[in-house]
Formats: sequence, structure tokens, C-alpha cells
Amino acid sequence: MPPMIRHLGDRGLLVELGRGIDPAVNRRVKQLHRIIARERPHGVVETVPAYASLLVVFDPLQASPEALKRQIIGLCDFEDAGPTEDRTVVEIPVVYGGEAGPDLDAVAAHHGLSREAVIGLHTGTVYRVYMIGFTPGFPYMGELPEALDTPRRDTPRTHIPKGSVAIAQRQTGIYPAVSPGGWQIIGRTPVALFDPRQETPSFLTMGDAVRFTPITAEEAAQWPL
Amino acid sequence: MAAVDLLEIITPGILASIQDAGRQGFGEIGVAPSGAADGYACRIGNLLVGNLENAAALEITLMGFQARFLTETVFAVTGADLQPSLNGRALPMWTALKAAPGDIVDLPSPVCGCRAYLAVGGGFHLPAVMGSRSTNIGAGFGGFEGRMLRAGDRLPGCRPAHYLSCAGRSIPDTLKALPVSEWVLRVIPGPQHEQFPAASRRQFYEAAYTVSGKSDRTGVRLEGPTIEKEAGAPDSILSEGILCGAIQIPGDGKPIILLNETVTGGYRKIAVVIAADLPLLGQLAPGDTVRFQETDLSSALDLLRRVEAAVDWVRGNFSD
Repeated sequence: MPPMIRHLGDRGLLVELGRGIDPAVNRRVKQLHRIIARERPHGVVETVPAYASLLVVFDPLQASPEALKRQIIGLCDFEDAGPTEDRTVVEIPVVYGGEAGPDLDAVAAHHGLSREAVIGLHTGTVYRVYMIGFTPGFPYMGELPEALDTPRRDTPRTHIPKGSVAIAQRQTGIYPAVSPGGWQIIGRTPVALFDPRQETPSFLTMGDAVRFTPITAEEAAQWPL
Repeated sequence: MAAVDLLEIITPGILASIQDAGRQGFGEIGVAPSGAADGYACRIGNLLVGNLENAAALEITLMGFQARFLTETVFAVTGADLQPSLNGRALPMWTALKAAPGDIVDLPSPVCGCRAYLAVGGGFHLPAVMGSRSTNIGAGFGGFEGRMLRAGDRLPGCRPAHYLSCAGRSIPDTLKALPVSEWVLRVIPGPQHEQFPAASRRQFYEAAYTVSGKSDRTGVRLEGPTIEKEAGAPDSILSEGILCGAIQIPGDGKPIILLNETVTGGYRKIAVVIAADLPLLGQLAPGDTVRFQETDLSSALDLLRRVEAAVDWVRGNFSD
């Protein structure tokens, strides 16, 4: 299927490889992102992968958008790596509920579930990191089990603590630093998601597989164990 | 040995921070470029004082900035006219000047524009984080201790004595980007422009918008006629990569021109400001009037070449 390419002004091309939140589409986004990083078409400054699209940022003084478009269409002619592409599962420990997860009870009540059932559902799935965005290192992960499909909070919080694990609709995410936000906070992880001084500043990258594991507040305080 | 305390902040004003040409290449991990909101003024300021154009300079917002030089330094003030003075005497902008230890530079209040740049010979001696000295204020890294400047901060310089011979340099008036208060921004239709009804698109190009006081380094918020989406269309779209200059229409229909602090977004983009006009975005001040004018890619390229030719002229004129 040829990609749909739209202009994002005079220095961006938005390459759409499909629609919606779909692992197969997101895998193609990741593959094209890697191919462009390897092939380095002349004038490309960087590429920003998202759910179903790849933004190609270029210097208009170095590359013409029409020539770049043709080159990108050529690079899109690759075989799907298939669902086995990146299956190292990253375990992320989480303290659920209480002070660490102030919305856990409300989420449980919303679905008529026990706290334990919500935790069981959240930890029982291996999630795909579809993209990193919003703030440095913030992973958008999915899909949450349908039984946990929860709307955002009516009133966003202005101060969400670092490491907060949250859900919204069929997505789950982690706030790497203190920030505002409207997702439902169900827990907190002691893992540092973003450190600009590390060689690899973001703990997670697009395409990673993630599983959450419950830990106690005492274990979190002594992390890494 | 190389680093000396160069400038002490007396009052930072609304927002003063260290910025350079920005941090490219980390969009995939959610890190925005940051950098000077008016890249042209910042580049020219650096070239005037003998630096490479991507050196770190001080970005000063609107009013209330005062600082003391701690060592003999060459400096230049570019960008917004905030009535700059040295020891109480008005100083010429877009000009490299010498300051002595104890001299006080003041940028009290705006005549026109929003952000001024204070570049110093040798630049500010601060560690590059992920390839840049720009402050990412939201995430708290880069620049000076990862934050906006406060009273009492002492900014280190790097061999300022080596640059004193640059004092006296200036550029022709035609190369000074002098801010105005009524702006016309040239745009390319955005990736979702066809998702707005024809009447909304027409209104977008005909209306005069006013810059809201809620604007900041993340985006210029506009007040004026709201842009309606197609009836029944959801407020947001699937998040995708965005760039400085993208004009988003959120649920309330009030356009936001994004600056360099965001990498992904989930609102429709009706239009995108062309690269040649991006430096203007840093000068849009609350109360200013903004109109949008549609252009095409070939005109956008001509206009960008003109901006780069101006920078080339300055670079060539001052190279040893």
C-alpha cells in the first residue's frame, strides 16, 4: 500500500502509513523511521514517529519536497518485519493505589471492579509503546483491555508526580517528570523514564514491549532492589 | 581557567533563559528542539560579537530585565526593542558594544516586539546537554541549571577578552529585523486543512487575530473569530509529529501557533507558517494583530533564501 504524504509547511512531510492505533501500522512506521535513519536522504534533519505516521523534517535549502517525497515512496517498499520484530519485554514495577495511584478506586468503581481486578487487568497485558511524545520520555502504550477503557478526568491535574502510571481510554502511559495532565493515575513506578545526561536518555523507545508488575511501597523506596 | 563569571542577573523580568539554535534529532523520544524563539535575532547577535551563530545567548521577554557585567565583555542586543540602556544611557541595538565590570544593562519595557537577545563575545560557558545549550524549561534541563534565570544567578563566559576587538560592529538597517505590532504571517495550508468547512478556511485567511496574554514559549494563542470544524467531527485526531509554526485548532476553535517546545500533537493543523517567517513568531507580543496569507512552496523557498542571504552577508562581512 503506498503511503499518503502530506506537507507540514515547507520543511515537513507527514507520511501516513495507515489509520488508527494498530500494531501492524505502527510497526511499519518504526521500520520506515529506521530505514530513513540508515539511508539518510540528503537534507533530512530528523524523523518523528507516531501511531500511524512518520514526520520527516527536512531543510528546504538542501532538499526539494517533491524529490524527497519520491525518495520516501521508494523507501516505503519494504517487507513487514512481522509481529516478532521486537519482543524483548521490558518489566516496569508499579506501586498501585493509595497515595501512588489516587484514581485507582475511582477507576475500579467506574467499571464495577475490585481494585485487585483492575491491577490484574493492567498487569495482565503486554503493551506496545506506540510513540514517545507529550513530554520527554512519555510512552503512549496500548492497548488497554476493553474492561479498563476509562475516560480522562473531567478536570486535569496541574501537578502529577514523576513516575505516575496512568490510563485514558484504551491507552496507558507514564509521566517521566512532574507535569500537568488529565489521565487517571492508578500507580507509580520508581524507574526513571528520562535522564538527559544518559547516553540513552529515554528508558523506553517506540516499538518496545512493556509489562507492568506490582510491587509494594517499601520495595519502591529501596528501588533498585 | 577559561570560564569567568561574566554576567549577574539583578532582575530576570517575566522570563529570561539561555537559548541557542536548538536541539535537533530527539523528536523520537519526545524531546522538542527548544532554542531561540526569534532565531534570526539570536544568530545575528552572535555574529556581531564574533561568535558562531549557534552560540548560547540570553533570551529576554518583554520587560523588567536588569543585569550587571562582571568582566570586560563585548555584547550586542538584538530582537525586540525593550528600550535597552547601559548605565542609564540608551544603547544602540544590532551593534557590538563594550561593557566594563560593574556596568548595568537594562531592558525595562517594550516599544515593539516580545523577545530581545543579549549575546556576549565567547558565549555563555555552560555544558551542552544532548547537543545544545538551550533551556528546556518544561523538562528542566539544558541552559543554566535547566531553568529560567533568577536574581543573583551568575552566568559564566568563555574567554570574553578574546572578543573585545569586535566592539563597534553593526549591520545595515535593512538587515535589522525590526518588530512591528501588525503582522502578516505567510503560511502553507496544513495537513488537515481540507477537514475544515470552506467558510472556516475563508474566515481564517480574512480575520485579524489578536495575540493573547496567555501566549508563552510553547505557543502563540490567538483571540478572534473561532474556526469551526465539520459538524460532528471529534475535537482531536490521532497524535502525530508537529513542527514550530504549525497552527492548531483545538476544541474551542481558537488558533494556537506552536513554537519549538512540542514534538507531537493531536489537534488539526489548518496551516503552517513558512520557515522564513518563523523568527517573527518569537516577536508576537500580547495585543499585536496577526493575519495569515496563503503562499506556495516555491515562494516560501525564495523567501527563506532571502533570510539566509542576509545571515550570509553578516557572516561574510565579519569573518576574519
